[in-house]
Amino acid sequence: MDYALIWYGLIGLAVLIYVVLDGFDLGIGILFPKATEESERDLMMNSIAPVWDGNETWLVLGGGGLFAVFPLAYSIVMPALYAPLMIMLLGLVLRGVSFEYRFRTKRGKFIWDTSFFVGSLAAAAMQGIMLGAMLQGIEIEGRSYAGGWFDWLTPFTLFCGFATICAYALLGACWLVIKLPNELAERYYGVAKRWGLALVFCIVIVSAWLPLSQQIVSQRWFNLPNSILYFTVPVMAVICIWQLFKSLNNHRAVRAYLFAIGLFLVSAIGFSVSTFPYIVPFAVTYSDAAAPDSSLKFLLAGTAFLLPMVIAYSAYAYWVFRGKLKHEEGYH
Amino acid sequence: MDTLALDLARFQFAFTVAFHIIFPSFTIGLASYLAVLEGLWLKTNNEKYIQLYKYWLKIFAVSFGMGVVSGIVLSYQFGTNWSVFSDKTGPILGPLMGYEILTAFFLEAGFLGVMLFGMQRVGKKLHFASTCVVAFGTFLSAFWILSVNSWMQTPAGYAINEVGQFIPDDWFAIIFNPSFPYRLVHMLLASYLTTALVVSAVGAYHLIKAPHNPLAKTMFSMALWMITIVTPIQIIAGDLHGLNTLQYQPAKVAAMEGHYQSHDGAPLILFGIPDDQAKEMRYQVAIPKLGSLILTHDLNGRVEGLDAFPESDHPPVSIVFWSFRVMVGIGFAMLMIGLFSLWLRKKGRLYDMPLFHRVCIVFGPAGFVAVLSGWITTEVGRQPFTVYGLLRTVDSASPIDALAISFSLAAFVVVYLCVFGAGFFYLIRLMRKSPTRYEKSLDPRLADGAQVPPASHPNRLT
Ligand code: HDD
Ligand code: HEM
Ligand code: HEM
Repeated sequence: MDYALIWYGLIGLAVLIYVVLDGFDLGIGILFPKATEESERDLMMNSIAPVWDGNETWLVLGGGGLFAVFPLAYSIVMPALYAPLMIMLLGLVLRGVSFEYRFRTKRGKFIWDTSFFVGSLAAAAMQGIMLGAMLQGIEIEGRSYAGGWFDWLTPFTLFCGFATICAYALLGACWLVIKLPNELAERYYGVAKRWGLALVFCIVIVSAWLPLSQQIVSQRWFNLPNSILYFTVPVMAVICIWQLFKSLNNHRAVRAYLFAIGLFLVSAIGFSVSTFPYIVPFAVTYSDAAAPDSSLKFLLAGTAFLLPMVIAYSAYAYWVFRGKLKHEEGYH
Repeated sequence: MDTLALDLARFQFAFTVAFHIIFPSFTIGLASYLAVLEGLWLKTNNEKYIQLYKYWLKIFAVSFGMGVVSGIVLSYQFGTNWSVFSDKTGPILGPLMGYEILTAFFLEAGFLGVMLFGMQRVGKKLHFASTCVVAFGTFLSAFWILSVNSWMQTPAGYAINEVGQFIPDDWFAIIFNPSFPYRLVHMLLASYLTTALVVSAVGAYHLIKAPHNPLAKTMFSMALWMITIVTPIQIIAGDLHGLNTLQYQPAKVAAMEGHYQSHDGAPLILFGIPDDQAKEMRYQVAIPKLGSLILTHDLNGRVEGLDAFPESDHPPVSIVFWSFRVMVGIGFAMLMIGLFSLWLRKKGRLYDMPLFHRVCIVFGPAGFVAVLSGWITTEVGRQPFTVYGLLRTVDSASPIDALAISFSLAAFVVVYLCVFGAGFFYLIRLMRKSPTRYEKSLDPRLADGAQVPPASHPNRLT
């Protein structure tokens, strides 16, 4: 059995779950300045306070998983993305502590409101930049990174950073529509539409930019007969976008949220068909980077039943806190 | 890889990991304390336990948040600072850390929300279960990460493949490597002690402010029982730990003991100034033969000094020597506190001895100091290796240049000092609030924080 391939899929799944879950979480941080009053900000914060730690753990799993099963990829990618990674981590520190701190002070509340916003924005932008830097390709020599310190900083990666901000803000707005009390929620349908529009624009640009700049990618997408298969991806994207806006117009919050996630899924498929089988695009494949089978099997044995359990009790935690928020809730 | 970049990378790692360990050493103990409090409440139905629970829960939430964010940074630091190390040890350490994430981090995170916000939604029993699950999660986290660290100290069960990676040969031997059981026990007890010291300091503070505060009495007494009982066990565990280290990392023990030369019938050096140049201990105060007695259980046993090892494998002596003494010193001071509290209990004066309460307040942060000095002993003592005897620190580092590391180091220092500085400030503020703020339901006649004439002190129950 190709254990490395299974792990390639599992790590991909962890990253996807991370993006979907922490996406709305970071998105709320990005939308934080949109709130008009303090009580609204309190509600926004409380809508994610019980779950944010769990959401972020998927990021730890993505990184830790890479270390465990593709140590070579981990040891190349981390130094290659050094600066954006460090900024992302600092951003996550700044926003993570705000959850508790802002309820511990009155005078200093604005500081933690700001740090929640800035931290979320920085983390989102850096994640996009890192994604862009991966798509752009990473230069290696032997078993280590060999590119320059600013290879990650190009117009393309910056644009990807912007796209990610839009995507997370869209998810955040959809989440708020679901969780906020009705009188506050209304406004976020419009917010979701605006960010959704920006996201669609970004997706179109990136889809054109990538094949134009990466030969490997364009060869894959524009070669018959593969193209026929590949082009189901944009078709699915169009369906998701159309449904997303339709649901937003009809004020169907959960449906809108699900189609926004669908759009993420399609983008993830687009990403992986463009880069597969590389794990460090376009230098190291997943099988080159894999740890020996004994390591892969050892971790897989536990993962096979731990991961479903994790998903089950995480879902339970969401279930406990289901429904719209009330003003007086939260233990603070 | 130039040495400047290496030193910066080491410093950055040490800085972030040292910041991180402060929080787990408190939250591991506090989570268990909370579980005990809630359990007692369910069992006895005594309101005071749930009030104490609520009081410490807020403190727990803030510390836990700080522990989580500083931990996330660490999980990426292996790759950014020690990429060669990551490539080589990934096949062994990666799966262990993977299990830590899957068994511990998700568990903690999933049930933390219920523990903090869910009382109204899930009911008492399920809420208690969530508290227990979070406490169990912190234990599992310590289990796996200490296994990882111990494997780096005393590697076992591995082979080396053609590209120089360590690959697993026997997972059982890897997880339960020779120093792991000792380190796990020692660290868990350290967390309980750290927490107990903080709780006793907070209790003591409120006893000084209001000698009859019933909640302060309860927490003070509980914490002191913990200190009294656990400290002797910790000292024994530490001694066994040291003997294990003597077997597997004798150079580290030589540095801890300050022995540059090998001796038959070695003295126990209490204090002195290590001089690495001259290879001797200056101004030493020593007890003859005791060193051999402790380490070999024989007055004339042979104790190897650093001269028994090639110079290129020597750890830096003074840091290890001093940090070890700080930790052991605090350990014995805690023993004294515990014994004294027994004596006070016998005299019935545990709650009205302000001088003792002041001492307890001073010792509030001592657990953290002991934990940090313990880790410094462990980690500096294993230099110059990252995987003991097999992989040197110089050969572990990432190909990152000094400038990039300086920038990120500066950013970490600034952000950590501001963010965690604010956190400490909030924690202190929470601890200064009287736990009897929650007494409302105990005594409905008293409004929250109301001024009451001394005759009926607000903290008195009856
Ligand atoms: C409250 C904390 C605390 C207290 C009171 C003590 N220790 Fe400790 N010690 C630690 C907290 C700690 C620690 C931070 O937890 C370390 C670092 C790694 C570890 O497993 O435990 C440690 C490491 C450590 C080591 C190094 C082991 C190695 O090679 O890795 C030794 C030999 C001892 N300890 C021995 C002692 C003795 C003899 C003590 C008696 C007074 C003592 N410790 C009290
Ligand atoms: C259990 C998890 C831990 C792991 C896997 C770990 C791993 C490492 C590694 C890889 C290094 C190499 C860098 C170097 O030696 O310079 C190191 C150094 C260091 N670690 Fe740890 N460490 C752990 C826990 C801790 C903790 C909890 C502390 C708390 C203070 C700590 C303190 C240090 C210090 C001070 C150094 C620098 C030592 C020196 O190089 O002078 N470590 N550790
Ligand atoms: C260098 C080694 C270490 C790394 C890479 C590391 C990594 C992490 C990460 C990523 C988290 C956040 C998990 C989450 O999202 O909830 C975390 C939290 C935690 N870590 Fe560490 N850790 C290290 C050392 C240690 C040590 C030595 C201990 C204890 C013995 C420890 C105990 C904990 C605990 C109990 C938590 C839960 C949060 C808290 O209690 O504050 N870690 N760690």
